[in-house]
Amino acid sequence: MTDFFQVFALERRLEIDVAALQRRFYELSRRWHPDFHQAAPPDEQARALEASARVNAAYRALRDPVARVEYLIRLEEGRETKEGAAVKPKAPPALLAEMFEIQEALEEARTGLLDAAARASLAAQRDALRARMAEAEARIVGPLSRAWDAAAPAERPVALAALKESLATRAYLRTVIDDLGAALGEGTEETHVAHRRD
Amino acid sequence: MSRIVGIDLGTTNSLVAYVDDRTGLPVVIPDQEGRRLLPSIVSFTPGGILVGEAARRQLVRRPTDTVYSVKRLMGRGWADVKEELRYFPFRVLPAEGTVKLAVGGREVTPPEVSAIVLRTLKERAEAHFGGPIERAVVTVPAYFNDSQRQATKDAGRIAGLDVVRIVNEPTAASLAYGLHRLGQGVVAVYDLGGGTFDISILRIKDGIFEVLATNGDTHLGGDDFDRVLMLWLLEDVQARHHAELERDCVDLARDNEAMQELRLAAEAAKIRLSSEERTTLTLPLSSFTYHRTITRAEVERLIESLVNKTLGPCRQALADAGLTPADIDQVVLVGGSTRVPLVKRRVQELFGKTPQSQLNPDEVVALGAAVQAQILAGGIKDMLLLDVTPLSLGIETLGGIVSVLIARNTTIPTSAREMFTTSVDGQTVVDMHVVQGERELAKDCRSLARFELRGIDPMPAGMPKIEVTFLIDANGILQVQAREQRTGKAASIEVKPTYGLTDTDVERMVEDSFTYAEADVETRMLIEARNEADTVLTHVARALRQGAGLLGGEERQGIEAAVTALRQACEGQDRDAIRERTTDLNRATERLAETMMDAALKGALGTTRAGEIMARDPSPLGES
Repeated sequence: MTDFFQVFALERRLEIDVAALQRRFYELSRRWHPDFHQAAPPDEQARALEASARVNAAYRALRDPVARVEYLIRLEEGRETKEGAAVKPKAPPALLAEMFEIQEALEEARTGLLDAAARASLAAQRDALRARMAEAEARIVGPLSRAWDAAAPAERPVALAALKESLATRAYLRTVIDDLGAALGEGTEETHVAHRRD
Repeated sequence: MSRIVGIDLGTTNSLVAYVDDRTGLPVVIPDQEGRRLLPSIVSFTPGGILVGEAARRQLVRRPTDTVYSVKRLMGRGWADVKEELRYFPFRVLPAEGTVKLAVGGREVTPPEVSAIVLRTLKERAEAHFGGPIERAVVTVPAYFNDSQRQATKDAGRIAGLDVVRIVNEPTAASLAYGLHRLGQGVVAVYDLGGGTFDISILRIKDGIFEVLATNGDTHLGGDDFDRVLMLWLLEDVQARHHAELERDCVDLARDNEAMQELRLAAEAAKIRLSSEERTTLTLPLSSFTYHRTITRAEVERLIESLVNKTLGPCRQALADAGLTPADIDQVVLVGGSTRVPLVKRRVQELFGKTPQSQLNPDEVVALGAAVQAQILAGGIKDMLLLDVTPLSLGIETLGGIVSVLIARNTTIPTSAREMFTTSVDGQTVVDMHVVQGERELAKDCRSLARFELRGIDPMPAGMPKIEVTFLIDANGILQVQAREQRTGKAASIEVKPTYGLTDTDVERMVEDSFTYAEADVETRMLIEARNEADTVLTHVARALRQGAGLLGGEERQGIEAAVTALRQACEGQDRDAIRERTTDLNRATERLAETMMDAALKGALGTTRAGEIMARDPSPLGES
């Protein structure tokens, strides 16, 4: 599969100078965007279109530190498309057990009306989960990313597994947070965000 | 190579612009009478097709044959639009994958109507340059989906224009501003037009205009403001003039002409209330004259929920861009509806800064389209627009669930690859259903097309590996390619677009467009003169009924003679004669009109004379 790090002449590392990445993205866009190949013969136009699409996809995969980790995992595992990820990663069992109570409360909220105390409790739990999700993200883009960069080739699978587990935790937390939002009647906007898959 | 022009194909008005080679600045091309905006209205009269201002004057006279706001129907199916059809006086029929309009004794599709507007702009540009114009950049709302974009391209083709690029309206506007007025930074473009709303957030840096997120509503605009105001006026008329309506046996809601008069009066009042606190509305209806004062506060109460509907998409765009209002450096207003003070206030409150509107909000999109045209022609090399796709693109999977392949707000062009296989031994055909939208279930999203991959060699189930590439080009339009990986041969794809026209349809329409002759200039002017005469005759007949008691015998005779003279002139072909007789009749009824106005206003306004009201209110008689 296309190595998006190579598109920007970068090594396969998670710590990236984002400002430099943006500059390089703009340079490559100027080089390949179809706007500047309008008068070219059809095959050259097709090549520019393809290159431009690749540059855009590469920038999207790498500009955001969490998306970058997700992409790296796909790249390392040789999965061509995002769709492999349609099989949702399993949440850590400990986390599932911990969430049991919240899930029960959610189930109740779905079947009946929420009173003020129950609402407040759900909202408080959501805030707590949001903090935990932020923590998980900080771990992914911080120490875990640095650990992967520092790992020798033989240690990389271990570092990658740690990243995967934290990503799964984050994904699971996000689902629960969205469910809480829906139960609290704060539907659409958050569901929209939840559907982003980048 | 010939020049590329920029065209804003709007819900209410359309314009054509180009970049002047000497100044490097975009300019709007006016028509021969110096008018810059072309009303996006097409009237199918027995004498031929009228476009723009001439068609606008047919709105009341020929409501069922005069098409306006057709952009709201572009690329849409019957189910999408049937709710609002009752507000259109012309007949709209369901058709396969689209809708048709039954006007002037024939059936036309929305792209064909738009093509007539485009052809008029093409001819305007050709007259300006003295040579053929074959290529154009055409703008669409950023939130337009694939079918709506495709319909716009089709309209260009029918009009004999190669649409070399579809550009999003808010981003086009940012190019026009960006030429000189915007520095580096993050800009929010709030674009509220006649029928559509868009919000786009861009980062401008080193000549790159990078769209970070876009959102909107393709069914929200000034038309909706007019509609709520019109319905409110209708109720008011029905309440105040219940007795007269009963006596005349008139059901206003079913009277197309009266409803058009009300709609136009509502629109005019809305426009006046953007600069005034209150306005007076005087409208001759059936056998009475409806008269009332409307305040800006009243209209604001009516449209408030509509204006607030634009704020959700703004917040969503900010969230998608990962920004807060404080991160926005500048806010730019685009579209005629941003002249409404309430809109300005809400935008200012949301972003916490004064929005800019130095460039004419009606023209800025066309100017930006001209800039993009110049970029494509190679005339501008330092600016580049990187736009995004507004809606997620996905395929339907088991259980009707959407699997997203390209997320919304992905920079275009972009592509995604997906593997398909068979589920039954020896299967040679695989179906896929491509949808656009943000909902989880395919049935809640917009169906774009069904694709059939054919010619797969018979193999055990799961063995074939067909790689399908979905590519969204720089126009935001989807292209699909498929390849069987084992054999390396390209699989053939049959596309069944859910909405829109097939290639064969478009080709037929290109041919038809030459047989649907537009009225030539002479005929057009004759039709217009006759229609104007017709309007005046109707007004006079009504005035004679209502004001019979205010007339002296001699005056009545004078008016009747002028009526007869005008009627006779209308039988002939001499348009100057028709015009002169029309003027004569207007003059003969001047005193009667003023007397009647005074009588109507007495009581409501104390001693104010009609002349003073007329001075305040430019169109008291609702002449159209």
